[in-house]
Amino acid sequence: MNFTDIQIERYSRHIILKDVGVEGQIKLLEGKVLVVGAGGLGSPAALYLAAAGVGTIGIIDNDVVDITNLQRQIIHTTPDINRPKVISAKEKIEKINPDVKVKTYHELLTTDNINDIFSEYDFILDGTDNFPTKFLINDACVLSGKSFSHGGIIKFDGQTMTYTPGNTCYRCVFNSPPPKGLVPSCSQAGVLGSVAGILGTIQATEALKYLTGIGELLTNRFLIFNALSMSFRSVHFNRNENCPVCGINPTITELKLEEMPVCDL
Amino acid sequence: MKIKVNGKDQSIQKNAVSISDLLKLNKVESIEMVSVQLNGNFIDKKIFDKISLKENDELDFLYFMGGGEK
Repeated sequence: MNFTDIQIERYSRHIILKDVGVEGQIKLLEGKVLVVGAGGLGSPAALYLAAAGVGTIGIIDNDVVDITNLQRQIIHTTPDINRPKVISAKEKIEKINPDVKVKTYHELLTTDNINDIFSEYDFILDGTDNFPTKFLINDACVLSGKSFSHGGIIKFDGQTMTYTPGNTCYRCVFNSPPPKGLVPSCSQAGVLGSVAGILGTIQATEALKYLTGIGELLTNRFLIFNALSMSFRSVHFNRNENCPVCGINPTITELKLEEMPVCDL
Repeated sequence: MKIKVNGKDQSIQKNAVSISDLLKLNKVESIEMVSVQLNGNFIDKKIFDKISLKENDELDFLYFMGGGEK
């Protein structure tokens, strides 16, 4: 792959990084990342992936932009209200960087389409808002040997981990989705807009590290932060041998969208 | 006795405190919303009340967090 003069200028701040360089930038331009959910996490993540020159960015989201999204979903603007999020996101990405090819999926991620869609990408970035989909993404990645970044936010808190084959998966930590209604969503409990930005940007950084093969990924550890105390904590863990999908005797061998049990509280 | 919870020292009474007791002590409303790691190993929720904590045990509580989209 040969860079044009314009590309050398555009990516000059990457290229002068010893650990990235021309080689790393080529890996980014040849890289393919799927962003699941063009919301609070997916917005900043997609913007940074685009600016970095990730060659193919997929965006899957079945929703349209709502005014309540704009407090944190910074890829969308006021005139985008009522427009599909994938279209709004695609337009911004193309404006930031014409090198990027954007593929949009205006649909929900399901057991039927997940493997076909995931197979087109090197890395998956989970920016979803619901647990059944988070577990589905985990299971699909574990069963097909794909790497992904998990992200979660609520109020002033965020958490993220990166899965690569052979390492601790999301189900090693959380066995199954929590009962319905027990864990509040951002629409119920609120979230500071910039917290989504911090977390989504960390997820994008993991994707860039994964594509270029530099540094240490957030594997086998959970990064947890609280914006009020502005404290970050890394919790290390080992694989869980009782994990239902990657443990010694897995009970999950095919994909199923797990319903959240109704909360009995 | 002294244990460590989420990286911070915590003093608890010595008489056989279980993981369930500790969760109550730390005002965790439901065991369904938290995953507990004891000295580097995940503990099955079913035995939270059967495990007695010992001096210098290190525990991490990991909470469900959704996210992003809506």
